[in-house]
Amino acid sequence: MNNQKGILFLSLAVVALVTGCQSPDIYYWGNYENLVYITYAKPGKATPEFQVQVMEADVHKAISANKPLPPGFHAHLGYLYYQLGKADLALQEFQKEKAQFPESAILMDRLSANLAKK
Amino acid sequence: MIGMLAVTGCVTSKPYDYTIFHAHPPHSIVVLPPLNQSTDIKGTYGYLSTVTRPLAEMGYYVFPVAEVDQLMKENGLPTAGEMHQVPLDKIGEIIGADSVLYITLRKYGSKYEVISSVTTVTADAKLVDVKTGLTLWEGTATAQQSSGDSGGSIIGALVTAAVTQVVNSATDPAHDVSSMANFQLFTPKNRGLLYGPYFPKDKQQ
Repeated sequence: MNNQKGILFLSLAVVALVTGCQSPDIYYWGNYENLVYITYAKPGKATPEFQVQVMEADVHKAISANKPLPPGFHAHLGYLYYQLGKADLALQEFQKEKAQFPESAILMDRLSANLAKK
Repeated sequence: MIGMLAVTGCVTSKPYDYTIFHAHPPHSIVVLPPLNQSTDIKGTYGYLSTVTRPLAEMGYYVFPVAEVDQLMKENGLPTAGEMHQVPLDKIGEIIGADSVLYITLRKYGSKYEVISSVTTVTADAKLVDVKTGLTLWEGTATAQQSSGDSGGSIIGALVTAAVTQVVNSATDPAHDVSSMANFQLFTPKNRGLLYGPYFPKDKQQ
């Protein structure tokens, strides 16, 4: 019993040490990278409908956490809206990516222009 | 054995020369799908989906990896090998990136033995300045995990359960090990990638 408590204490101490070393993330990551992963690894399950649902929930969680969404998040969500035929929502997301990260302007303008063509 | 230690010790401790990096500090990085020299076809996309987070948390704008991949495919470049051949001026014109990260996977996958398995990921990375073609930084890393090790999954507590389920159903241990490889690739002391413009100034050492 004592031994178990000792092990528990030690593992908590290790967790504290490990997390203590890391500075907090700049961004709220949520599911973004995992969705990108399953887009390729499990395309049948990572449908645009499923991904949009998860990402819309992440947008709200990021607001609650008071953290910005990471680079690429709005672009990915926009592309999913495009796949679902929601061009106006797609355009909004591309514009959000561009507003948050001006580095993305050329690519976001290109993706936005492609929406008009299709 | 001692000779090997001496050699590897020497390689890792040699500080990186950041002169070119400082002359052309990048703000944005486009990560191309990695070239896969391993025999596991899952390598390219299993690795690609782990690179955005470490680079963005180091302060860079990282272009959306899936959309860049899609754009390249729509423009007649179906493989990572072809994407890596795209001239830099085209990347500047179409994507607007100021640097490109080229990754080559030398190893990716698991080796199964009688009662256990060992998963290894070895990646070489090269960050190239789009305007000049100069190499800003390069590095290499190996990460390894055996099936006996605990805590294989890197999926954080924030991730939705339904997503976790789909990720786990992909059963690719090398995908998890890729994140470890990234950590070793980008953050070694004296040889790692330097912080980018979005990294909080007060946290820089």
